[in-house]
Amino acid sequence: MRDVAIIGVGMIPFGRRDEDGLMDMLAYASLKALDDAGLGAAGGAVRGSGKEPVGIEAVYVGNMGGGILQHQTAVASSLVDRINLLPAAAETVENGPASGGSAVKNGILAVASGYYDYVLVVGGEKMRDVTGWRATDFVATMTHPQVEYVYGLTLPGMAGMFTRLYMEKYGVTRDMLVAVALKNQEMGALNPYAHVEMALSREGIVDSPHSVVNNPTVADPLHLYDACPVSDGAAAIVLCPLDRVKDAKKPPVVIAGFGQATDTHTLQEREDPTDLKAVTLAAQQAFEMAKLTPADIHVAELHDAFTILEIAESEHIGFFKKGEGGKAVLAGKTCFGGSLPINVSGGLKARGHPVGATGVAQVVELVFQLRHELPKNRQVKNAENGFSINFGGFGNNVLSFVLRRVRQ
Amino acid sequence: MAIDMELEAVLRPPVIEMQPYPPKVITLANGKKLVIRQATREDVPALLKAVHPCMFITRDYYDIVASRVYAELLGWYRYRVRNEYCLMGQVDGYVVGVVNGRLVDEKVGMSYHTLAIDRGLRIGSHLFAAKMEYHIEYLKQDSVLIVAESPIGFRRWMIEYGLEPTDIQHELGGPDSYRLTKELYYDSMSRLVVGDRPVPQELMDEAQEEILIVSEDSILEKIAGLKGR
Repeated sequence: MRDVAIIGVGMIPFGRRDEDGLMDMLAYASLKALDDAGLGAAGGAVRGSGKEPVGIEAVYVGNMGGGILQHQTAVASSLVDRINLLPAAAETVENGPASGGSAVKNGILAVASGYYDYVLVVGGEKMRDVTGWRATDFVATMTHPQVEYVYGLTLPGMAGMFTRLYMEKYGVTRDMLVAVALKNQEMGALNPYAHVEMALSREGIVDSPHSVVNNPTVADPLHLYDACPVSDGAAAIVLCPLDRVKDAKKPPVVIAGFGQATDTHTLQEREDPTDLKAVTLAAQQAFEMAKLTPADIHVAELHDAFTILEIAESEHIGFFKKGEGGKAVLAGKTCFGGSLPINVSGGLKARGHPVGATGVAQVVELVFQLRHELPKNRQVKNAENGFSINFGGFGNNVLSFVLRRVRQ
Repeated sequence: MAIDMELEAVLRPPVIEMQPYPPKVITLANGKKLVIRQATREDVPALLKAVHPCMFITRDYYDIVASRVYAELLGWYRYRVRNEYCLMGQVDGYVVGVVNGRLVDEKVGMSYHTLAIDRGLRIGSHLFAAKMEYHIEYLKQDSVLIVAESPIGFRRWMIEYGLEPTDIQHELGGPDSYRLTKELYYDSMSRLVVGDRPVPQELMDEAQEEILIVSEDSILEKIAGLKGR
């Protein structure tokens, strides 16, 4: 397998983008990534054509809901035409909220195998075309149709039950969940790509009696600010073999490792529903491939669709022992300036969660960090290794990535 | 503009004396203090300036809501609407929202509009709750007639308060009114109506000293979502 480098990244501000369609957003993010890679005028190419200057040979698009929300399928085919990358190969990757991560993995495999040299990976979702109810229903289509969905189970509902179990088993407290929300919103307020650029106050969401309106219960014990917003957005990366990186203006970042694992469709079938086995397995694979351990990671982007997930994932990845993740948040270990900053972007909590975009956006954020190109108030000092986890279903399909800054 | 007071006496409606709304303060999710207080006629010109930019934002039906609020406030200012009142929300002196309504008679209220000029902090919810609080707790009314012009309004009022449908035509036209009864209000109060009284003097002084209005660009960014474009 060849080493794979990320030579370009692009992202558009997440949020509610009424004026942009799904294809507009995918196109904007793609063009930004191509420009960042210095391939803005590259166009498309047939595999192995030897075209000079190089062209994009394949495009992978992570998207979960085009068929449901926009009544549009085959978005990758549409995208290559839209941004003039014909005749590049194109594939849409649908894998629930892990669609973005899956698209990245497919792009990596395509380059690592030696089959393609220059690959564009894009993730995007347009969720605000519909009301919040319909968006929640759309996301719930990933639940089991016979034993979950028909009973009205939604992802917030599932997360609420998971949180209650996790609290009972590992001593996670409401204070710990609140600390995740405050931390990620504070960082999101500094991120121009974030959907919710607003810091919260503990008084306003917990301590004051007014918090009953500001931060109502969504799915006990989770409250409004324990959940990510429903967002529109897109992000993109350009991949090529590391040995093809020449005269890079920006430090290349290499995919040092990746992993993917699945678990039972329903939580109820798991021997211990608090055990996120797929997270553990995906992380182990990525660390093994990268020949690194969790202790070697300097910055991480975790899939905090709900505050509990940041804590649970941090323990299942091996950053902290079981029962210690929440304490680490309270101790400030995971905040900006802490020993392991987690979700400096604001995470899904503040940046937003356009489901198909998230896995790619996490990688884009890590590339920003590893290139050391963020403003001082967001740049993790001397970050060399980054880690991300993209959590599909309720942990039934998980992807992880270890990224490393290439020393030049 | 010259005013013929003899003719005005004919044009101006009679009024029911209204008990004043006691101001209150609410801590928002970001820690800022929202002061909700009753507007006076003298406040209307400043409020119109705050409402005006919203009249040209199509998102979430701000255009129709703001245009109607503008007309209703002007109607009140010029003494053309019977028994109207307006409450406003201020943060750091800046107007962040207005709500208005009127009394149909001593026992029945008519909710007009709720306009949040700053978004994402449940300011609209807090202001609507204050309006219902005014009708039921301070004006001692039995019920309030309400319609929604946006899906957000429908979700916030009809669903969150469990309003009951009626076959009564609302003055805004459109569909039949929904109704908030005393019972529904008191059932919802613990989860929807909050605020502290009295408002600390320094906050009241700040709110009353000058009604500040954010820039039109800021209103567009907050409401029309033009961030980063």
